[in-house]
Amino acid sequence: MSQINRLATGGRIDRSKPMSFTFNGKTYQGFDGDTLASAMLANGVGIVGRSFKYARARGILGHGAEEPNALMQLHKGNATVPNPRATQVELFNGLIASSTNGWPSAEFDLMGLVGKIGGKLMPVGFYYKTFMAPQKMWMTYEKFIRKAAGFGRLSLEPDPDTYDKLNVHCDVLIVGAGPAGLAAALEAGRSGKRVIIVDEQNEFGGTLLASKQKIDGVEAVSWAQQTASTLLAMENVTSMTRTTAFGYYDHNFVCAIERRTDHIGPVALKGTRQRIHRIRAHEVVLATGAIERPLVFANNDLPGIMLANSVSTYINRYAVVPGQNCVIMTTNDSGYQTALDIHAAGRKVVAVVDSRHAPDGRLVAMAKIAGIQVMAGYGVIEAQGGRKVKGAIVAPLDAAGDQLIGPGKTLSCDLIAVAGGWSPVVHLSCHTGSRPVWKDDVAGFVPGKTIQNQHLAGAVAGEYQLSQALNTGIQAGATASGTQSAQVFNCGDESEGAAQALYLIPHTRPISRAPKQFVDFQNDVTAAGIELATREGFESIEHVKRYTALGFGTDQGKTGNVNGMAIVAKALNKSIAETGTTIFRPAYTPVTFGAIGGRDIGALLDPARHTAMHPWHVANGAKFENVGQWKRPWYFPQANETMQQTLNRECMAVRTSVGMLDASTLGKIDIQGKDAREFLNRVYTNAWSKLAPGKCRYGLMLKEDGMIFDDGVTACLNDSHFLMTTTSGGAAAVLGWLELWHQTEWPELEVYFTSVTDQWATCSFAGPNSRKVLEKLCTDVDLSAAAMKFMDYREGTVAGIKSRIFRISFTGELSFEVNVPADQGHYMWQQLMQAGEEFGITPYGTESMHVLRAEKGFIIAGQDTDGSMTPYDCLMGWAVGKTKSFSFLGERSFTRPDTARKDRKQLVGLKPKDPTVVIPEGSQIVMDPNQPIPMDMMGHVTSSYWSECLGHGIAMGTVKGGSERMGQTVYCPQADGRVLAAEICSPVFYDPKGEHHHD
Amino acid sequence: MHHIYCPYCEETREEEEYSYTGEAHIERPKDPASITDEAWGDYMFFRSNPRGIHHEMWYHAAGCRRYFNVTRNTQSYQIHETYKMGELPKITASAKPAPSIAVQTATEQLGDAP
Repeated sequence: MSQINRLATGGRIDRSKPMSFTFNGKTYQGFDGDTLASAMLANGVGIVGRSFKYARARGILGHGAEEPNALMQLHKGNATVPNPRATQVELFNGLIASSTNGWPSAEFDLMGLVGKIGGKLMPVGFYYKTFMAPQKMWMTYEKFIRKAAGFGRLSLEPDPDTYDKLNVHCDVLIVGAGPAGLAAALEAGRSGKRVIIVDEQNEFGGTLLASKQKIDGVEAVSWAQQTASTLLAMENVTSMTRTTAFGYYDHNFVCAIERRTDHIGPVALKGTRQRIHRIRAHEVVLATGAIERPLVFANNDLPGIMLANSVSTYINRYAVVPGQNCVIMTTNDSGYQTALDIHAAGRKVVAVVDSRHAPDGRLVAMAKIAGIQVMAGYGVIEAQGGRKVKGAIVAPLDAAGDQLIGPGKTLSCDLIAVAGGWSPVVHLSCHTGSRPVWKDDVAGFVPGKTIQNQHLAGAVAGEYQLSQALNTGIQAGATASGTQSAQVFNCGDESEGAAQALYLIPHTRPISRAPKQFVDFQNDVTAAGIELATREGFESIEHVKRYTALGFGTDQGKTGNVNGMAIVAKALNKSIAETGTTIFRPAYTPVTFGAIGGRDIGALLDPARHTAMHPWHVANGAKFENVGQWKRPWYFPQANETMQQTLNRECMAVRTSVGMLDASTLGKIDIQGKDAREFLNRVYTNAWSKLAPGKCRYGLMLKEDGMIFDDGVTACLNDSHFLMTTTSGGAAAVLGWLELWHQTEWPELEVYFTSVTDQWATCSFAGPNSRKVLEKLCTDVDLSAAAMKFMDYREGTVAGIKSRIFRISFTGELSFEVNVPADQGHYMWQQLMQAGEEFGITPYGTESMHVLRAEKGFIIAGQDTDGSMTPYDCLMGWAVGKTKSFSFLGERSFTRPDTARKDRKQLVGLKPKDPTVVIPEGSQIVMDPNQPIPMDMMGHVTSSYWSECLGHGIAMGTVKGGSERMGQTVYCPQADGRVLAAEICSPVFYDPKGEHHHD
Repeated sequence: MHHIYCPYCEETREEEEYSYTGEAHIERPKDPASITDEAWGDYMFFRSNPRGIHHEMWYHAAGCRRYFNVTRNTQSYQIHETYKMGELPKITASAKPAPSIAVQTATEQLGDAP
């Protein structure tokens, strides 16, 4: 209970609400209103983790999203969360946190030795260099690296929380509720437009919450609170705290994650833990502020080196001073504000080290009046200390800050606050592809041109002063809502002296020999590494990024990028504007997979489609398989049956008596209109002009390249009404295909397409006794072989239900399909099962259907064809009309030289030489198994089954020139060394004359 | 994610309702049998793939099921117009050059990285 760095008064914390938490197993106290980081600093916690590559001790650098080091593993068990920044974690009682890495602990890390040996073992580009060659070395290194490096770990248990996604619309979206965002929201709110303002923090105000300035005479904090209340009272304004806009996508689509309960406990006790708001906004105002840049000097990553404005924030907002004796290293006036804050907090400012030779701003004068020592024209060239800062070596710099012009001396200190200027938070504006542009006058990249309806307010546009932020906020709010405003805020004298752009403080030794000068803390990228990359020939900033990992990962270069680009520019003798910047990518800060998944998990991941008969299948023990989104019965095992035994029984029932298949999933498209027939002529290979009402025909559908795309039977109900069936998986694609041709090429044809797949249930029953079954239930249709021929269609009454009856067959047996409205499908199925009982009617699934059709050599589009097979390749020239007047889709391609080749792969039957063998599907086919590898690949097996009724295995496969090779022997070498021989034959294994289905 | 105005529904809807179906204004040859293999190949396989203004077809698959045309900038993803089948674009590459962000350095063509 010793918060050694906590001030007695001040800050936006509630000292009456102490909070207890543990970090790396040790218990500490903080207060309500703390972040985990501020509470750790209050307790004097120095090392928060180890660095990614060199395992160096790291402390807290910043106070918000920019924090690169303090990644935490939060909570325990299934609620554990990897990698949130301690600076963004609100403290609650009982919070458990630990470092994400460090072995055996972050305090004493053996890997740190590697870091000390330093660049010798892992220079920049280490991963590329070792991964490329020799490859086997990578495996050795990798195990070593993976154990020690990396960050947090996921729980392997299911997430106990629920998450949501919401679709949201607004006129004006404002990202950021600092001064600029609040002003913009105020103005947009007054216009009456629908406004949403989001901010990642627990309360609105941004920098105002740690500011001592006044706005129109009101304390900044009070102004922020008043404005937040005003916005809350506006019905047209939605205010969202703890909500990070993490991605900005095309056409003003912004995704924001709202953390609803993370500040209360590890698991949401009620409702959802987090939710993603998918916001489509007419106008977007980016008021995302700026991040202070660290300065690059030797050992600048020691715990105890922090961003100056973060130090001020900890003092003013959290009443925590993270050091006793402080050195401030600055290149501009803002560092002096930190000096004044430290001084006011009663801690010692050892010196303000200012790289400028003659700083003369208002804040400089105030610091001097306060008695603070100013060392103008100096730089901190190296930090001293092992596991935390013990001193700073300072040395005089020339006016440009490029060279040392005198000997250094050491200042004793335990905190170095660094102020290297500001980098506007351009991340969101980059997400849509807009490249930031360098502005010399603000020494930073600001958002570039964009096609989005995007407006900028405040520091993101380089408007760093408070009054500028407020005033540009008002203007952005007005422009975004189509109003005008003359409101101007007065924040008193904010004048500042000119800042110096300084990206690397020189050392007495050259960059490559100096102690490590870090640029990107999270990815352990140093100035020497960047320089080495340019020496090795990487000149494009994009290449340097990939080679060094600068700006990678969850950090996305928030603190490091600009310094890195500047160092590249200098090494290449270019300006920063010429070197340019890499693009930042979503997410701005990490988003949980839970939130991205939302409710779309488990059973809700993808819709499951069930046929009307599904309950019957379930009740009768069906095993199911997925066909697209459909759940289709795969087979119906009886007690103790193996799958093969089931298939044998089901197939034999069809061949000897009768079996029934639920064929409801086949795509059904209702086609009507006086030109329907002509349309079918154009999209199918065969002729439809003479198909009489009451008749069905099988058709092949081709793409323009002549390759089979779908197939199915179409019935003519009357001259202007057809019912097309498609494959189960292809229904939507076929409907889109028909619409495409009708709408784009042949709009003059009067034809209409309607999907009726879900409207009709289909019972398909096949076998020599199938007619007898139907005759029991249907009295108003003459079902005799003479009256209802193969491929006939009738309307009639079956079991009292008006039905569509098709005499078509996919099994080679006498077969009927009865279509009834879907809500009567289950009843019809039961009636047919009952009527068939005396014949031992056997329900069968898709697997037996596959066997039965393969025995007949019927193709499955998508299994036996793969988008590279013409009808001729499938030996189905019989299904191609040769004398059609209209050049149907795909016909022209038959005569293309490649399509007309004789030695194309053709679909043939394969009869295994050993009748007991079933050749595995996918097996490669060769002519000579003794040929040295690589063998000539002749084709592959597309379908293969055990045929119980034939007593041997059967297969179909593609073979080069297969139709000319009937009777030849081919071989299928297997992975296990077996070579399976088969004879090329007709794919029609069963009833080659087709007598059965004509009975 | 695109926000696309369907000229038939007369509403701007989310991209997930639509599917992209390739370059627009590619006409099927009136008499395929009479053209050369090369001309037929061009019709089937060759597309313009421009950087900048592109006329393309979209299908309102989860909406009215109509195909329509979109004039879209393939670099900025800006949609300049949508128009019905059979109509001609008002904005074309020659009539309206791509916005100035078209001028980019070679490095910008690099793909995404972590």
